Amino acid sequence: MHIIESGNVAAAYGVNLARAQVIAAYPITPQTPLTEKLSELVDAGEMNAQYIPVESEHSALSVCIAASSAGSRAFTATSANGLLYMNEQLHWAAGARLPIVMCVVNRGIGAPWTVWNDHQDAISQRDTGWMQLYACDHQQIIDTVIQAYYLAETVSIPVMVCYDGYILSHTYMPFEIPDAKTVDMFLPPFTPAYALEPSNPANLNTVTLPDIRPDVRGNMAPAYMEIRHNLHMDMREAIDVVADIDKKFKKTFKRGGNPYIEPYRCDDADFVAICLGSLSYQLRDVIDLLRDEGLPVGVMGLRLFRPFPDQAIAGALSGRKCVIVFEKALSYGNQGALYADIKSALYPCKSRPIVHNYILGLGGREIKTAQLIEALRKSCKKPKEIGDTPVWIGLKL
Amino acid sequence: MPAYCNYQIYSEIRFRPLLFREWDVMRGETMMRKDIIEIRWHGRGGQGAITAAKIVANAAFASGYSGVVMAPTFGTERRGAPVLTSLKISKQKIYDLSPITQPDMVIVLDHLLVKEADVTNGLKPGGLVIINTPKPPGEYRFKVKGIKIATADVTKIASEVGLPQGIINTGIIGIFAKATGLIDIELLITEIENEFKGKKPKRNGKAARVTFARTLVGGN
Repeated sequence: MHIIESGNVAAAYGVNLARAQVIAAYPITPQTPLTEKLSELVDAGEMNAQYIPVESEHSALSVCIAASSAGSRAFTATSANGLLYMNEQLHWAAGARLPIVMCVVNRGIGAPWTVWNDHQDAISQRDTGWMQLYACDHQQIIDTVIQAYYLAETVSIPVMVCYDGYILSHTYMPFEIPDAKTVDMFLPPFTPAYALEPSNPANLNTVTLPDIRPDVRGNMAPAYMEIRHNLHMDMREAIDVVADIDKKFKKTFKRGGNPYIEPYRCDDADFVAICLGSLSYQLRDVIDLLRDEGLPVGVMGLRLFRPFPDQAIAGALSGRKCVIVFEKALSYGNQGALYADIKSALYPCKSRPIVHNYILGLGGREIKTAQLIEALRKSCKKPKEIGDTPVWIGLKL
Repeated sequence: MPAYCNYQIYSEIRFRPLLFREWDVMRGETMMRKDIIEIRWHGRGGQGAITAAKIVANAAFASGYSGVVMAPTFGTERRGAPVLTSLKISKQKIYDLSPITQPDMVIVLDHLLVKEADVTNGLKPGGLVIINTPKPPGEYRFKVKGIKIATADVTKIASEVGLPQGIINTGIIGIFAKATGLIDIELLITEIENEFKGKKPKRNGKAARVTFARTLVGGN
């Protein structure tokens, strides 16, 4: 069934279809309508879940950590400074290997205070050990939330489903709500290897010594470094899992097919723009216009940011003349984080393209089609004139 | 106080003559996708412009426009203050979610907004202005020439059909149907009744039907 609703409502329906059992959240713009919708669904009896109101984002994720440790499917959502307030618990949830799913409705970070969209919130949390998936429209939001639970529970690592604040969260467009019974067949109930319960008590994630040692049963137990190594290795393996899930999803729901990168007119493109989120769709119109001018250019939307699908990126971009990275975030004092990651993925390639970095749309600055056209034209026509320093679009100094 | 903070008191620092660099030179360039019909709604916070746009969006989708994007102005909204909503419809998927700058038509829910806001800003030549007003189209003059103007007294019609004072976001859809012919009035009324289930659906539908019949269309 198709409906026309906001991106936040699409996410809420995804959480409902995934049969999340515990929801804890604290309101923050532009995420608020998502958890408001969930509280309505729970209150109306349409969703069989515990909705736990809390006094902060730190507590919201703490509740999810407790619920997930006890074997429940947990959900929370936040934006910007709310995500930062969770920071300690983000690391904890990943280290504790809890398959929590969280929607991050991307918003710029204060100070100065802003409520509008950019990606600095999620990008600044890239090293917490959470996986990060990005959606470009409402269909991808609802589909990705369902897939995220499958992914998180397969590899026991939490997942952020990121989508642009306002641009997607508050915009209405049509999307299909998957059939509930089919979702149930696709996504089986959460069955953890161990869940906290009074009859089978355990200590979880207590002080772990620097070196390995025998545990209470006399078996050698991994130390901190081994546990962290396993998190990393499982996250690397999750790259393949993402593709497997996409394949299964496509077979069931007839949507998907591009688990890592969603390309548009890239087959014969010498120049490729790449970015996260809804901007990659806005760029499609720009690509059409530049193709009419005869420029061999295409765009790729990156769906998976952590774990970083470096081999897929190298495969897709190696041999191109120029790669243009558009970013709504910045590693202050250096460059865009995605730009640095893409250059790093391309380093082992025999044929390395020139890579450009454009910073745009920070704090909701409007991204005009004309600006994107001009930036891409410049990158295509004079690729050697633009250096390694990020170029800011729409800056009014 | 340091210049790197956003203190408004720094007007002397922040508001030196602005040098709009390279990108703004592009402002005049138009690059619209021709298949997209762009409708900008002007209302006041609380008047229900978003709901009206949503009803039209649903009816458009049901009548074969598979690309429908409705976006309220992003940010904070105050009751009574002028607000904008963008609605884009197309037979193909719409990828550009940015706000409308050159609308094909504007819909004004409150005729006093014509004086308060620049409602025809960016309106395409040959575009359409729809106004809820007691005045006929001939009494309006806009800077943009060669446009169509359609009016009806939706506020009066709403009270005639028994809606509470000021409920005009369903009647206004009647002018839209009559003046554009884009979407069948019966389909729009069905969507109105769906949206207002349990909230006087028949009267809201009737408001659109009566307005449709009483719409006046003129030129400028």
